[in-house]
Amino acid sequence: MKIAITTTGDSLQAPLDMRFGRAVGFLIYDLDKGTAEFVSNSQNLNAAQGAGIQAAQTLVATGAEGLITGHCGPKAFQVLEAAGVAVFNTRAANVDEALTLYKKGDLTAVASADVEGHWT
Amino acid sequence: MKIALASGKGGTGKTTMAVALARAARSPVRLLDCDVEGPNCHLFIKPVLERSEIVTVSVPVVDKNLCKPCGKCAEICRFNAIASIKLAPLFFPELCHACGGCIQVCPENAIGEIQRDVGLLECGSSDGLEFIQGRLMIGEAMATPVIKAVKRYQSDELLTLIDCPPGTACPFAAAVRGCDYVLLVTEPTPFGLHDLKLAVATLRRMGIAAGVIVNRCVDRDNMIAAYCREENIPLHLQVPEQRRIAEASSRGRMLLEVAPEFGSKLREVLQMVTERISGGQR
Repeated sequence: MKIAITTTGDSLQAPLDMRFGRAVGFLIYDLDKGTAEFVSNSQNLNAAQGAGIQAAQTLVATGAEGLITGHCGPKAFQVLEAAGVAVFNTRAANVDEALTLYKKGDLTAVASADVEGHWT
Repeated sequence: MKIALASGKGGTGKTTMAVALARAARSPVRLLDCDVEGPNCHLFIKPVLERSEIVTVSVPVVDKNLCKPCGKCAEICRFNAIASIKLAPLFFPELCHACGGCIQVCPENAIGEIQRDVGLLECGSSDGLEFIQGRLMIGEAMATPVIKAVKRYQSDELLTLIDCPPGTACPFAAAVRGCDYVLLVTEPTPFGLHDLKLAVATLRRMGIAAGVIVNRCVDRDNMIAAYCREENIPLHLQVPEQRRIAEASSRGRMLLEVAPEFGSKLREVLQMVTERISGGQR
């Protein structure tokens, strides 16, 4: 199973990006193989609107079944939910810490978006 | 003749001037309130609204039986209003600009259109003045379809005055498009000047002639007057900063009720603008 973590870097030590839609990218971590791959989200950084929707679409295409991020807005959540991607909110400082919390079972999948949308 | 009142910066007195010009004019006037996110001409002219209609936009709807998820609809959508995931696409109608691109590119013809209510158009009159206003529904983000609905009532046959939304983005462009002249109402502050420059640049690109009215002026030799001289833009009127005008406005009273001396000045402005339009000056 693959899990995605929003981040500004491409390693396990990279800081967690609290944003989802306008995150710099996603580290896609393969829990079975222990390998990581960075997927850029840069095309959404300057989107006028709908960044969360497109980021969710990108994420679904990676095959990740879970997302660990700081915050997730309602439209992005709607797309992720429809695709069956579980969303975990965390305040972890970096990717490694987020993964450790996840593996320990300290993160709980949320049932809704945790922030309002702000797409204007 | 179609004259728009616009500004760039908000709160400079567009509505004050639109309403005052409408009342000062000797000829029949139709006033269009295109500031659909907060129409407020009605507060001053207190019209009797006789009829209203819903403004709708077309948004896509997918037939899930026909869709073979290929992602082409999401790919072409430049407004990020469509997400294509494993199943049929997800549409986010409030982001849709109704361009119809997704419908065109769908190889299965699986996408159709439905109408979505976004605003209200209201028509009425006040003491001989014809009045039309648009009102964007709460929670909606797209003002232009409602503005375009109001603009259907602009006329060459009588004096049409158009109260525009602030800013210089799409709602502003939709409101001034097709006008013969734009009166830019601004104030002598750095913010007022900054946004005036944006409005002037936009109107030049659109090829629409414009002049300036300075509101709340303390010193007639101000930064807006200097800018107009440099850029050779007609400065039609300067309205002084006066507490009695501000107080009247805050109570829903019109400029001419407290400062009737502006009646003749505003008629002069209309005369100047008419001459510039008929003279074809830009």
